[in-house]
Amino acid sequence: MYIIIAGGGKVGRSLTETLVNDGHEVLLIEKNPVKVEQYTEQLGGVVRRGDACEAQVLLDAGVKRADVVIAVTGEDEDNLVCCQTAKRKFKVNKTIARVNNPRNERIFRALGIDSAVSHTQALLEAINHELPSGHLHHMSGLRDNNKELISAVIGQNSPVLDLPLKSLMLPSGSMLVLLMRDGNPVPPGSDVRLAHNDELVILTPRGNDAELQKMLINS
Amino acid sequence: MKVVILGSGRVGARLAATLDAMGHDVSIIDKSKDAFSRLPSTFKGQIVIGIGIDEDVLREAGIEKADVFAAVTNGDNTNIMASQVAKELFKVPQVIARIYDPLREETYHTLGLQTLCPTTLISNTIVETILPGASKPEQVPASVAGRLE
Repeated sequence: MYIIIAGGGKVGRSLTETLVNDGHEVLLIEKNPVKVEQYTEQLGGVVRRGDACEAQVLLDAGVKRADVVIAVTGEDEDNLVCCQTAKRKFKVNKTIARVNNPRNERIFRALGIDSAVSHTQALLEAINHELPSGHLHHMSGLRDNNKELISAVIGQNSPVLDLPLKSLMLPSGSMLVLLMRDGNPVPPGSDVRLAHNDELVILTPRGNDAELQKMLINS
Repeated sequence: MKVVILGSGRVGARLAATLDAMGHDVSIIDKSKDAFSRLPSTFKGQIVIGIGIDEDVLREAGIEKADVFAAVTNGDNTNIMASQVAKELFKVPQVIARIYDPLREETYHTLGLQTLCPTTLISNTIVETILPGASKPEQVPASVAGRLE
């Protein structure tokens, strides 16, 4: 795959290295000439100086044959403009933008960015997942943007503790995908009762947090 | 008419003062409080301190009832993003974005944003002043140095 990356901060640099090692053809576009020189020394000829928000710079970088454009600068406006130019002017199939301010995630999606990734949100989720049991954790969105995977860890005070798995009621449109117990998967149809520290993985329409919280975590 | 202006620089402040003096309902947004010192003491409109791509800041400035939104900060990409938020999310009937970079202006103009490029406008005005009626080239080659900010 040919992948263009805009922005050579910590994220852009690591991403370039990872994707090069994965065998992809990668070009990193960075404004700062000092960084360009430094990265060229470290990573080889995969770095080019320029402002990736400029149509001409993208064109010179071969954007027309790029499979993916990823914008990971520290400025949301720049990431938006880079991805929109790639997507709308040059018809790049897939654009991914880093969202620095999680509040802009919805705006990016509304303005046609294929994938908006918020590192703040990801960090919050990761930390949340490490907290003691009795919580919900957003695992991932799906391509169908209206559904997501949520994990729920059953705590001591869960209203469904000891309930037979088969009697578990979930919000409408939701589905139990997996039950994890002591590190092992238990199929959803099994004849077991829910126990402390069980992790339920649920596919559910977005916006069911409050209902799931009430059903599974605390009454 | 209700007008929301983003950016209280020379252009933004003057635009706000002009429309205010004409009797329109003006709100002006800038991230820096000092920027509002460019407004005349007679200015009767609303002043909002904040980032113009933030939906809540735009709401506070009355974007939901605005007839016009003008983005005139010194950042092209900020103007582009704020204008799209105003146009696509808040459905403001008329949205104008100032974009200094002619190439970027052309891109977004083609994509349906109402744009103004002072670089092209002023350059053309000067050419017209010194060479009245002369035909100008369709495309002007961009310099590499100009692209690197």
